[in-house]
Amino acid sequence: MPIERRPPAGITLRGITKRYGAATVLDGVSLDIRPGEFLTLVGPSGCGKSTLLRTIAGFEPQDEGEVAIGGRVVDALPPAARDVAMVFQSYALYPHMTVAGNIATPLEMRRLSLAERLPLLRLLSPRRPRIRREIMAEVEVVARQLDILKLLDRKPAQLSGGQRQRVALGRAMVRDPAAFLMDEPLSNLDARLRVQMRTELAELHQRLGATFVYVTHDQVEAMTMSDRVALMEAGRVLQLGTPAQLYDTPASIAVARFIGSPPINLLPATAQAHGVLQAEGLVLQADSTVPPGPVTLGIRPEALALAPEGAPGTLAVRLRRAENLGAEWLLHAETPAGVALTARVPATEPVPERFGFTVDPARLHLFGAEGQRIETRLGAMVAA
Amino acid sequence: MRRRGFLGALLSHAVLLAGAVLMAAPFLWMLLTSIRPPEEVFGTVFNLIPTRFAGFENYAEALTSSNLPRAMLNGVIVCVGILAVQLLFAIPSAYALAKLKFRGREWLFGLVLFGLCVPIQVPALPLYLGLAQAGLLDTFFALMAPFALTVFGMFLFRQFFRGYPEEVLDAARLDGMGEFEIVWRLATPAALPAIAAFSIFSIVAHWNDLYWPLIVVTSAERSVPSLAILAFRDTETGGNYGALMAAAAITTAPLILGFFAARRAFLRGITMTGPR
Repeated sequence: MPIERRPPAGITLRGITKRYGAATVLDGVSLDIRPGEFLTLVGPSGCGKSTLLRTIAGFEPQDEGEVAIGGRVVDALPPAARDVAMVFQSYALYPHMTVAGNIATPLEMRRLSLAERLPLLRLLSPRRPRIRREIMAEVEVVARQLDILKLLDRKPAQLSGGQRQRVALGRAMVRDPAAFLMDEPLSNLDARLRVQMRTELAELHQRLGATFVYVTHDQVEAMTMSDRVALMEAGRVLQLGTPAQLYDTPASIAVARFIGSPPINLLPATAQAHGVLQAEGLVLQADSTVPPGPVTLGIRPEALALAPEGAPGTLAVRLRRAENLGAEWLLHAETPAGVALTARVPATEPVPERFGFTVDPARLHLFGAEGQRIETRLGAMVAA
Repeated sequence: MRRRGFLGALLSHAVLLAGAVLMAAPFLWMLLTSIRPPEEVFGTVFNLIPTRFAGFENYAEALTSSNLPRAMLNGVIVCVGILAVQLLFAIPSAYALAKLKFRGREWLFGLVLFGLCVPIQVPALPLYLGLAQAGLLDTFFALMAPFALTVFGMFLFRQFFRGYPEEVLDAARLDGMGEFEIVWRLATPAALPAIAAFSIFSIVAHWNDLYWPLIVVTSAERSVPSLAILAFRDTETGGNYGALMAAAAITTAPLILGFFAARRAFLRGITMTGPR
């Protein structure tokens, strides 16, 4: 019996502000989450991403702003009436209920009256057995999708972390909610299982076509699963975009720093007149005017390449450590000025004893003194 | 090394055994006296084991010469009634004190702690006067009412509920459960060990209580076990110690059986290992 799914709902946040005493946890967050998209809220711990999710769910009412789910403003509604399902970090299964009981609970709460849920009194309801049968049939459909059919009679304590995760997903799916909210659901799993569940969650999202709002502090999860990523810091959204947009055109140093592993290299540079940039041995020409003063060059590890030592227009570096990743090397090096640089180079040839780095100017990011992105095209200018 | 371990075990068992004997001695004495013939109780020659088995007559005397069966039934009614009302109020109160955020919560919890310091003797007089005014003396209500609200229970359950994972409560709220349903469907099953421990404390205390029944009970119809035992010391029945101890053994038996039945849950409850 296939469950008929409703069309997914979008979520609109307008100027959400939340304060705890003097601390502002959310500072005017506005987001437009499209129907059916997988949107990830990512950021360091304490950035407000979980609070934002709990605000959408209705657990932490905002001080200012408006939450609309599927075009309906839900600010006055309690969590249960908001028609969203949530998967918690600890899975939050009901410990004394079986797996089947856990998954059935949201449906029982909706379809059975209070009297029909009470012990003894419920035996008086003539329609209860029929409703229970329908609910259990739906529970089985969900359990089959998640491959936990054999576990239905177990208690949560008898399950592994991955199995509990699936039960928590099942409890969310069975409601066919307008949106799924997920609060770091993979962080309690071991590394191997986490990679596997990442794929499964992404597949589940495609199969259900539902709106997912996913919170994580792990940029890899954000980059691999999401349609769009909202990077948060200190209660604000720093940048909202596809994973590729965040990686290729970070709006600020903070974004550039957070996205990408190993992290981006940041090289202090000086902007001189006529858009000439100078950093250590590197001289670059910007195609637009850059206000003179200190700037920062962002260099992804893969934008660096090996060059003969001392060649003109290269960065002189001293190798500190080389990591063999099989297909490639991670070279941790240091410039004479003491800036750490990490390069990712193909492991086709042995790493020479001494070398320099060349930089692909087209793949450089330029950030101003305030850390904001400066949009410009850079070209190499070989120094005399 | 092994030998020392053996000696150490021997020593610790000897100490534990001595403690156990000390604890069990009054009960053994009670049981031995309850099967001792009267002439031996007051006789000059002392035998640990009675020379003549007088168990039947003593126990028969205990059950027939007073209103002990009726008092036992009353005791059950009073103890179960008190416990039921205590749980009915203490569990939701404790949940609210542990998990709900509202103004004055800390203050109310302070009152609970303060209540722990007040012995029954303090409000006994005003309670008595109030019950007398209302014409409720010598009723089950009078026996139970002062104990309906238990600050001890609130305190015990609150400590237990504090360990209940917050995310499970949020999940339940999202699934549509109200706070009362959360209390009874989620928090209570998790608190069963604490409830078992509290139940034993409560039942033992009120089954054995003599102070309050002595104040409010005047008729034999409302007598409770502790009062019934007292009857054997009356001059009218002539201080029959064999029958007295038989009555004591009969009234103690339900408590001991109850403890053994719930022993595991009781120990888990007082050592406070809440749900993970």
